[in-house]
Order: sequence, then structure tokens, then C-alpha cells
Amino acid sequence: MADNPQIAGRERPLSPHLTIWRWQITMLASIMHRATGMALAVGAMVLVWWLVCISNGPDSFNGLMVYAAMPLGLLVLFGFTFSFFFHFCNGIRHLAWDLGYGFEKHFATKTGTLVFVLAFVLAIGAFALVWTGHGGYLK
Amino acid sequence: MKSQKTPLHKVRGLGASHSGTGHFWRERVSSAALIPLSLWFAFAMLGLAGTREVTHLQFLSHPWNALLMAAFVVTTLYHMGLGLQVVIDDYVHTSGMKIFLLLLVRFFVIAPSVTCLFALGRIALG
Repeated sequence: MADNPQIAGRERPLSPHLTIWRWQITMLASIMHRATGMALAVGAMVLVWWLVCISNGPDSFNGLMVYAAMPLGLLVLFGFTFSFFFHFCNGIRHLAWDLGYGFEKHFATKTGTLVFVLAFVLAIGAFALVWTGHGGYLK
Repeated sequence: MKSQKTPLHKVRGLGASHSGTGHFWRERVSSAALIPLSLWFAFAMLGLAGTREVTHLQFLSHPWNALLMAAFVVTTLYHMGLGLQVVIDDYVHTSGMKIFLLLLVRFFVIAPSVTCLFALGRIALG
């Protein structure tokens, strides 16, 4: 935690930022990692809410399921599902970098694209599985 | 130029952030732990999708499932706290606001963790 006491009211030069760089997949993946992480923070709260509703009994649980089944609820759930798979896949990419693997420019672009494709396929796959009646196998 | 650091400062190796590599390391370790836990969580969520409350109760009252769900939620919240701290460190530069937000994040790590454990205990003990 670093304090940053600067002289107030003076315009200071900024280093080149989002508005100046040409968009690239590696950069988008990095931004998405943070964005999905923040979305998943909200998702974690919903997850705890879900557990509380289960512990409260059928009325409470069914009340939550009404929200979940609404179009907006489904959209939010899809957002969480996509964020989950994106952050999971890109997180593994980050861990590989931390171990020193996958830094080569063209390879990093490829793995970045792969993460986007995988996240979409897994999220759509998860929803398709449930919609085609292949979910709920823990009954 | 001769370094102005004291020998003690060098040994501690904490730099200007006062916290060293501890945060970085905790973030990596929790993310590594979350790989298997997330796979189990995805399996559980797909398996519970569309089922009634009774199925959820039966699943979560099994000791292994209760334990894994507790581990997943608590590790997720811990990792979430570390991640949100980085976002705050990056974008919030006034001391008072920063401390307030960091404390707020701590609250949203600890309170949901306790709530989750309480709910799982309640489910397990019927």
C-alpha cells in the first residue's frame, strides 16, 4: 500500500494508456481477466446467497429460483458462467507465465485467442447441457 | 551511486509497498488451489442445475461435498480479496479512500465466509 502524495491541481504527464494503443488480443485478455474477476466477486456473493437459501428451506430456495429463471436472471447467470470459465482458463495462462512458460509474442497471442474460444465454448456448452436435459445428474 | 538503503531495509526486502512478495505469492497459491476446486464446483453446479431443494440438501449434507463447497467458497473469497486489493491499489490514490475500500473488501471476504460456513453447518446438521 503506497501513499501517493502529489501536488494538488497540477497537470502531470500521463504515460500512454488505453486510448493510444492499438487493440490486441493479449491486451484484451488482460483487461477481461480483471473485468471477469470483478464480475465473479459479485458472483461469489450470489453463491453465498444461494447457500443461505438452501439452508433456509424450500420457500426461500424457490424464491431464489424464480429470480434465476427470469430472462435477466439467466443472462446474469450466463455472464457469471462465461466469467468463471474465462478467469479459470486465463488464470492457468497466467500461472504458466509465472513459471516462465508461454512468453513468446506469437504464442501468447495464440493462447489468448484460445482462452476466448474455450471460455465461450465451455459457457455455451454448460447452458446447452442443462437445456437439453443433461444437467441435474446428482438427483 | 552508493545505495541509501540501511542493511535492515535490504534484508527485509519489502520495498516501497511495505508488504513485499507476500501478496503475489498468496494470490498464486490460492489460484492453484482453485483449479481442482473449480472443476469440482462446475461438476456440482451442472449436476444440481434444475433440481429441487431436496436434492441440494442431500448433496450438500454429504460430508465430502460440504467440505469441498466450504473449501471452494472460502478460497474463492480469499482470492477475491487479494484480487480486489490490486484493483484498488491500481486506481485509488487517496489514502483515506484507499484504507476505507480495503477495509470494505476485508468485510466482504470475512462476512460471506462466515455466512457460508454457517449455512453449510446448518444444512449438514439438518
